Amino acid sequence: MARLNAENLATANEILSRYPVKKSAMIPLLHLAQEQDGYVADDAMAHIAELCDVTPAEVVGTCSFYEMFKRHEVGTYLVNVCTNISCMLLGGEELLHRLEDKLGIKHGGTTEDKMFTLEDYECLAACTEAPCMQVNYRYFHRIELDEAEKVIDDLRSGARTDIPPHGTLGKVRQHIPTGRSAGIVPPEQANEAPVWLPAPTPEGEGS
Amino acid sequence: MTNVESTEIEGISVTVNGAEVLARPGELLIDACERNGVYIPRFCYHPRMKPVGMCRMCLVEVDTGRGMGLQPSCMITCSPDMVVETESEVTKKAQDGVLEFLLINHPLDCPVCDKGGECPLQDQTMAYGPGESRFVEEKRHYEKPIAISDNVYLDRERCILCDRCTRFAKEVAGDPLIHFQGRGNGTEVNTFPDEPFSSYFAGNTVQICPVGALTAKPYRFQARPWDLEEVQSTATIDSVGSRITVQSSRNKVLRYLGVDVDSVNWGWLSDRERFSFEAFNHEDRLADPLVRPEASMGSAKRDQLVTAPWSTALRRCAKALQDVDPNRIGVIGGARLSNEAQYMWAKLVKGVLGSDNVDAQLGDGLPADLVLGLPRATIDRACAAGGTVVLVGPDPKEQLGALYLRLRHAVIEDGVQLIELTPHSTGLSRYATHSLHPRPGEAGALARALVGDSVVESDIAGVAAADVNAVAATLKAGGPVTVVLGRSSAAESEDAVVDAAVALSSLDDVAFLSALTRGNVHGALDMGLAPGRLPGRQPLATGSSFSTAWPTMPAEAGFDTHEILQAAADGRLDTLVLLAADPINDFPDADLARQALENTPTVIAVDLFLHESAAAADVVLAAAGPGEYAGSFTNLEGRISQLNQMVTPPGTARPDWILAAELAFQLGADLELESPEQVWAELADLAPIYADVSPAALEAAAVEGIVVEGTSLFEAPAPLEAVSNDQYALRLVTRRVMYDQGTVLAHSPSSAHLSPSPKVALHPTDFERLGVAEGSDVSVSSARGAITVSVLSDSGVPRGSAVMVSHLEDARPYELIDATAVVNDVRVEPVA
Ligand code: SF4
Ligand code: FES
Ligand code: FES
Repeated sequence: MARLNAENLATANEILSRYPVKKSAMIPLLHLAQEQDGYVADDAMAHIAELCDVTPAEVVGTCSFYEMFKRHEVGTYLVNVCTNISCMLLGGEELLHRLEDKLGIKHGGTTEDKMFTLEDYECLAACTEAPCMQVNYRYFHRIELDEAEKVIDDLRSGARTDIPPHGTLGKVRQHIPTGRSAGIVPPEQANEAPVWLPAPTPEGEGS
Repeated sequence: MTNVESTEIEGISVTVNGAEVLARPGELLIDACERNGVYIPRFCYHPRMKPVGMCRMCLVEVDTGRGMGLQPSCMITCSPDMVVETESEVTKKAQDGVLEFLLINHPLDCPVCDKGGECPLQDQTMAYGPGESRFVEEKRHYEKPIAISDNVYLDRERCILCDRCTRFAKEVAGDPLIHFQGRGNGTEVNTFPDEPFSSYFAGNTVQICPVGALTAKPYRFQARPWDLEEVQSTATIDSVGSRITVQSSRNKVLRYLGVDVDSVNWGWLSDRERFSFEAFNHEDRLADPLVRPEASMGSAKRDQLVTAPWSTALRRCAKALQDVDPNRIGVIGGARLSNEAQYMWAKLVKGVLGSDNVDAQLGDGLPADLVLGLPRATIDRACAAGGTVVLVGPDPKEQLGALYLRLRHAVIEDGVQLIELTPHSTGLSRYATHSLHPRPGEAGALARALVGDSVVESDIAGVAAADVNAVAATLKAGGPVTVVLGRSSAAESEDAVVDAAVALSSLDDVAFLSALTRGNVHGALDMGLAPGRLPGRQPLATGSSFSTAWPTMPAEAGFDTHEILQAAADGRLDTLVLLAADPINDFPDADLARQALENTPTVIAVDLFLHESAAAADVVLAAAGPGEYAGSFTNLEGRISQLNQMVTPPGTARPDWILAAELAFQLGADLELESPEQVWAELADLAPIYADVSPAALEAAAVEGIVVEGTSLFEAPAPLEAVSNDQYALRLVTRRVMYDQGTVLAHSPSSAHLSPSPKVALHPTDFERLGVAEGSDVSVSSARGAITVSVLSDSGVPRGSAVMVSHLEDARPYELIDATAVVNDVRVEPVA
């Protein structure tokens, strides 16, 4: 889809201003792009490359390293079903197949209405709660087949609104109070201790 | 390089396989071992790039006091009393294991892989690896091959993720257009979608890839390594003189590889150098001499050139040269020739015919007296830590690729300060401490302000006073200064560059690295192919040893190329020899060049191709090209290195030096030189600077070659008068780019289509004033003519200048230039 829109560009510039080295802002900006489009579009990566003063190849290099940055369009809801060992033993694969039938897609696919993307996932680190499923990374523990179908129905009908669209970032954005901000000092010029640390006591003569 | 003796004394003692070796301070273990004859296998480590420890092939057992443990030898520097085992059972098991892992996904397609037979992975698996594979599962598969650039192909399944190509792109070339993508087993090297690895240096990645993942289009499936014959030589396409290995099969050159020379190219080549052999294999190469039937000579309607026997062609040449007033002979060119051929031609023209109207440069260079008279610098001097480089010349990235890589490294890694005094931004601008862009014609005024003692209060040559003062302070801060001196723009006269050079030569501790770009032009100047010069950097004026040794000697200094062409155009010449020169395309006044060829009774061309000027000649002598004769080459430092023969010339084409000898013979003279050895023997006798140069000495000097020292007297001309500024015009600047449509490139299939489309570039703020819109077609006109091209906005162009790339077919800025003017103004107007 698209480059960052005007509003996100303003946010991007604010994010950039927090780093002495522009390239450091790359990951936050990728998140921003994913929030905008639901995935990280090629154009957005090219835009981020311009903002961070790197090449697009370097951006795609970083972006592609992280599983949670999607580089192709995904549905509003990304459903991850674990089929790793604990979940598999407790019905993870049946869960996956039930959802495949329900959504009419194979895992890895996206429904025609762009509402759901279903993925077959490795361990979600909730093995004690198997079988386990995530929708936009919100956990559903020990989920029954019918319960899972209901989640889908409720999301589709709008009965359930607690899960924001894929890519949405936390609404509480970090703002460092000025008094606690280290300011933007390039690492090679950072001679003083960060402001949040107590100042070191100067070394005594001859110690 | 560091002095070996002194470092040996303060060497660090390390025990390798039970024997003591002395490492240099800070030396990596892998290097220290190799220098002492213990080779540790490796894939990712490359001595010209920073170590990354990606492949683990170099694991060896190391004890630094905490007991033996496996460590990657490319990542640890030697420390005192280190104990190292490179052949222990543990080390061997580690190597065996690493190879087994690498081969998990690497296909065993060696029989159809281009790298088979010269593949480090294959070789090391043979030497250190497991005999057979335990891996029966399916390997990775990818689409085969993908073109990551026009000339480089990638078979991703073969890649062992050593990070060499990607590190090269970022660290060495500064074009990080390829990158690892994905993760784990799915990691691959790739570009951003639809943004190819269009680096001028991409071909180097093919050479350093330790497997067959990267291949170059011109060599893919052309030969097997064991069928190749090879010889070391020097690249002649530009004046850096990069060292290369020339490889051929069945009398056809198939590949150039870079050779690592400490003082020159560090193993790297620009793609233009790397793939230039294609042109010399081209079917358009002249294989036989051509002659225009005699009756048609001089008449308006000229007959076609026809193939003729050598005897006929040479006799025709002799007839046009014999008993002719030496002042009515002109010779242009010679920069393509070997040093030996240049000497023979100099001897023929100056010493036998007695004419001094000889100029190897085509009005787009610098006066020989200047280049030979200023203190010379080597690339190493320019790149030495603590120094300052002042660039007054063409963009090294576009013109002198291997030099660009050295300068870039010097600035980034060794803290060399770069100051640009160029007419527009260059490929090095982003690394420069200061980029000043004086108005064309006014670089001298700027240079005088920079070296002067007083603080400047107003703009100089369009450069803000604050910038001038800042650079002046930098230059005065001390440290050696190396001026990289060349001609950036053919639309600005050489006098402007001379003016700047003279001013800069007053700095303390300054030396000059010539940035004349054309092939062996420095050899040509050293061999006397310039008006008023004799071989051995001697001026014609002094009663030199040549005046007694040669049969005759010109009475006084002759014409330069401009004057030769002018004389020819006026009908004051009888015979014009184009020694591998194409003045119609290369001289910055195409009209004059055309008239000159038209109005000269006999034009003789000695060349590889029938380019526009040769096609207008009356006799064309087919010459041998690079790789087709032995000899030597002089690079921009004055470094002489060997050229070796690999293949035979096409058809009956002959080396240039033999042509000089044959012509002399036809003229009833004898140059008394029958081989390159004899040329050097004569030169050593007659020119003190060559006392130590001989083919044997060059052989002994191996890859480094011999830097010839010595400068001649240079009389600085008076400072240039200020040029007036026409408020309504723009000042024309021409530049050359890596891939233009010059003769050689036009005949290299892999480079020919890479040339940019012609444009005129203006500063963004000039658009409104001129009433033109970015991207629209505009007319660029001077008193000479007009060209229509599209216009581009470029903040690297200073306000008031119009920059055009020369040597592109469709728009030739040289048609607009008056070569007698110091600067050329043009008007840029919208086309209706
Ligand atoms: S393509 Fe070759 S050079 Fe590049 S990472 Fe892979 S193996 Fe190394
Ligand atoms: S196996 Fe399903 S969460 Fe770990
Ligand atoms: S060569 Fe040392 S890890 Fe690759």
